[in-house]
Amino acid sequence: MPRRYVIVGNGPAGVSSAEVIRSIDSSAEIVIVGEEKTGFYSRPGLAYLLTGTIPESHLFSRPDSEYRRLRLQRVTARVTHLQPREHRVWLEDRSFLEYDRLLLAVGARALRPNVPGIDLEGVVTLDTLDDARRILRLARRAKSAVVVGGGITALELAEGLSSQGVETHYLLRKDRYWGNVLDPQESKLVETRLEEEGIRLHRRTDLAGVIGRGRRVAGVTTTDGRQLACGMLAVAIGIQPRFELARDAGLAVGRGIWTDEYFQTSHADVFAAGDAAEVFDPSTGARVLDSLWSIAIEQGRSAGANMAGRRESYARPAPFNVTRIGGLTTTLIGAVGSGREDGDLVALNRGDSDAWRQKADAFAVEAEAEVSRVRVLVGEKQLVGAVVMGDQRLSRPLQHLIREAVDIRPVRDQLLHEPQRLPAILGSFASAAHAA
Amino acid sequence: MVAAHVVAEPARCVECGICSFNCPLGIDVRSHARRGQPVADNYCLTCGECVARCPRGTLRMESTDVFASLREEKP
Repeated sequence: MPRRYVIVGNGPAGVSSAEVIRSIDSSAEIVIVGEEKTGFYSRPGLAYLLTGTIPESHLFSRPDSEYRRLRLQRVTARVTHLQPREHRVWLEDRSFLEYDRLLLAVGARALRPNVPGIDLEGVVTLDTLDDARRILRLARRAKSAVVVGGGITALELAEGLSSQGVETHYLLRKDRYWGNVLDPQESKLVETRLEEEGIRLHRRTDLAGVIGRGRRVAGVTTTDGRQLACGMLAVAIGIQPRFELARDAGLAVGRGIWTDEYFQTSHADVFAAGDAAEVFDPSTGARVLDSLWSIAIEQGRSAGANMAGRRESYARPAPFNVTRIGGLTTTLIGAVGSGREDGDLVALNRGDSDAWRQKADAFAVEAEAEVSRVRVLVGEKQLVGAVVMGDQRLSRPLQHLIREAVDIRPVRDQLLHEPQRLPAILGSFASAAHAA
Repeated sequence: MVAAHVVAEPARCVECGICSFNCPLGIDVRSHARRGQPVADNYCLTCGECVARCPRGTLRMESTDVFASLREEKP
């Protein structure tokens, strides 16, 4: 009998696991269950839908023909509960699917702060395409909006709303933007760009409550006793992995669904990957969360291989992301943070990694040019992290040096003593290392 | 003789579709990008529009030296 795989979650982790399962097991039955009626789309692309850079039709990156080619059976339904011992997944219409191996790739959802009025119409988060559609609809009639939160998603919301012609206020709880990942100069670069785009920053200002007119948002109150009128409140204070299905079925969960380095949960036939999974990293002994497109794909592939009977341990590469923040292309790689808590995020956010918050045992070396900045964390033998803002010529070389843990001792002293020559030193060292 | 083509690094691609949307010839650049395949389309103008528009630095123009394979055969 062919083996039956059920994948809950039609996102990057789910679909990439299905691709690998099919490549290993050509007779397998593969069922992929997704909640959203729309087909597979680029979640990071929602930011560009909000800014009007691309039309909605261009977000759909995996056509139906691809599902047919992989012989994936697609089910649109919400899963209500699991019975791991019986190997059953129950759907909202009270039918069930049986499986030999199950993957939970259910993603994460945005958290909302616990303040009065937070359930009013016009309070938005950015998880799905439906959320982005709602934001665009509301933006058409809202004169002004307030954004709270941090990381990349808060800026996607602020810049999206601003480019839709909405007067946008961004509340920062502390002195600066993304203070536990970026250094003060980097925050300043971003903040200056946001202000140039017309976004109004309110530092040391926290949301106290949401004021309604009827059921709709009419404004917010701040902890320093002010009122800001607005037709929308956009929230990006962090995400929570969707672990409820696993938890209610008795599987081990923490911040996310716990898995080992083979993506196996506490139940042998149930696996988890992507934003929902909190994955054990044998190199550090810690469990880590990431919310990154490329990591979700890597995890999905690795989980799929293990589900299909391979034994592949996942070696987590230094998480990296390239994105535009404040209109500046920015690469974040490895441990670049302060090791402190963030003022504006209560949890990991989308496009975010636990790794970046970590304070590296390393020296920071910086080089700055006009609206461009490179910061590299120099460890004893290797580079452990980097932030590249603006000019991206060092993005790829640094990605290679950090992810491959290249021994940088030949240029270490030079880097520490001549920081302004950092681009030249690393540029030539990386191309030599790459050629070797 | 030197020509060029667009190459991709799939680990950077988030499948947003900005590349395909901006291709003047309507080539589905994204489907190449996410698979890490060079845009080996005869119609590609190598105009660099997709390379410039990609917000993640996924794409780059690489020169293809059409005689390279001949030279590599030397001892």
